Amino acid sequence: MATHAGGLTLGGLVRAFGERRVLDGLDLTIAPGEFVALIGRSGSGKSTLLRVLAGIDHEVTSFERLNAPGKVSVVFQDARLLPWKRVLDNVILGLTGPDARERGRTALDEVGLAGRERAWPVELSGGEQQRVALARSLVRDPELLLADEPFGALDALTRLRMHALLRRLCERHRPAVLLVTHDVDEAIALADRVAVLEDGRIAADLPVDLPTPRTPGSPAYADLRDRLLTLLGVDTGELALATDDRATERRATEGEER
Amino acid sequence: MTTTADSATSTPGKETAPPPPGNAGSPPRARRRLGPGRPIPFSWAIGPLLLLAVWSIGSATGWIDERNLSAPWQVVTTAQDLIERGRLQDDLWASAQRALLGLAFGIAVGLVLAVLAGLSRIGEGVIDGPVQIKRSIPSLALIPLLILWFGIGESMKVITIALGVLVPIYIHTHNGLRTIDSRYVELAETVRLSRTAFLRHVVLPGALPGFLLGLRFAVTSAWLSLVVVEQVNATDGIGYMMELARTYGQTDVIIVGLVVYGLLGLASDGLVRLVQRRALSWRRTLAD
Repeated sequence: MATHAGGLTLGGLVRAFGERRVLDGLDLTIAPGEFVALIGRSGSGKSTLLRVLAGIDHEVTSFERLNAPGKVSVVFQDARLLPWKRVLDNVILGLTGPDARERGRTALDEVGLAGRERAWPVELSGGEQQRVALARSLVRDPELLLADEPFGALDALTRLRMHALLRRLCERHRPAVLLVTHDVDEAIALADRVAVLEDGRIAADLPVDLPTPRTPGSPAYADLRDRLLTLLGVDTGELALATDDRATERRATEGEER
Repeated sequence: MTTTADSATSTPGKETAPPPPGNAGSPPRARRRLGPGRPIPFSWAIGPLLLLAVWSIGSATGWIDERNLSAPWQVVTTAQDLIERGRLQDDLWASAQRALLGLAFGIAVGLVLAVLAGLSRIGEGVIDGPVQIKRSIPSLALIPLLILWFGIGESMKVITIALGVLVPIYIHTHNGLRTIDSRYVELAETVRLSRTAFLRHVVLPGALPGFLLGLRFAVTSAWLSLVVVEQVNATDGIGYMMELARTYGQTDVIIVGLVVYGLLGLASDGLVRLVQRRALSWRRTLAD
């Protein structure tokens, strides 16, 4: 794949923790404007990879090529808002220039939080906090947006709304996106391409050629979902049971966190 | 003052009917609240007023000997007298100047040391040890040495106060800095904050709760040191006034001095708490 400015090329990345090579010669390319979802079992190194790309891992073992754009934004699993700054000040954290506040206001408007500029983070719900975090990422016009399970802590309904919002925002701003998730449905719903991380490398890389809206009922959707789950080591025979368990678990553990 | 004490001790004129026995008519039993509950207005005044009440009753009944402790009203008369002659104001002003000067130097030095130690490993290695050693030596025990170094003038007094102030400011600010969530540091890296912006937007606001807690201890410590340094060759100040009164056996003047110290301590602590509430309005804590 050709590398345009704004895309990501990564080759031969190794990150070891002691003896354990979590990432072992990993290659990954993302074209400008492309939305890639990265799935993998827990502990497979998804977050480690994202931290390397975000530049917050200061002990990368080695890599052969790394070609990342200059403007990279990160959305974490927790909204990570500074509790002592009001919403707008959180959005424009680190921005300079006379129009920073105006840009921040526009970004808040885009995520549907116009009018909440002067609220404190503790006054927002979990979903609203994550929307502020999205605004904070987008106001920087990123060429590459890195998201580490950004909706993992949200309840199912809020998560669906956030999917639609993220999809819309990405279509408007066209950053290259790397979304780390453990949720196969989330990956299929959002991404142009799904990469599966296993044993420190990208073990599979499947395009998502589904018409939008991507309804879970269609045969093509079910087929892709099965293939991805098989790659993740889930026995598709147990699938019905597994989905059932997961839904129950989700209901039990999640709620609108405030 | 006596009137407030009277009203606090007087029994209420009207008695309300006692609630009927049993739980008839009471709302359904709620689960026990684990937080401290709703704030009581002027709750900070309850303790001091109670103390004043005991003192008044003791003096009025003769249970407290006047040679040991003058009655509250005697103290009030003496205070009025001291104010009319202008002595109290002069001494208070002299004391306040020393305390404020000592506070200012102590806060500045404590803050700078805390930031240096909190942000760099080398700084921590160099600074933390000596401050911890200083912490275990009472400031007042340093006075003989400070007198030899700086004489018995104003600088010795201000330095002693500053040394006492520095420690709580350093300890609590440093602790505040060290406990800033590392996730915020990561965030600052991803939004590419400069060193200065990181300090301004993340480090200092993050350490502010710790600093303000330290400030509360520091203010109290400043008044405390004042008492001692003003008994070393001072010619003015509240401590000097009290030392002089001791020579003449005037317990009422000593009490006036003590009350002034107490009021100053209370007022300055209240002031710091007010600042705390304003500056930390983003926090929702158990006490709110």
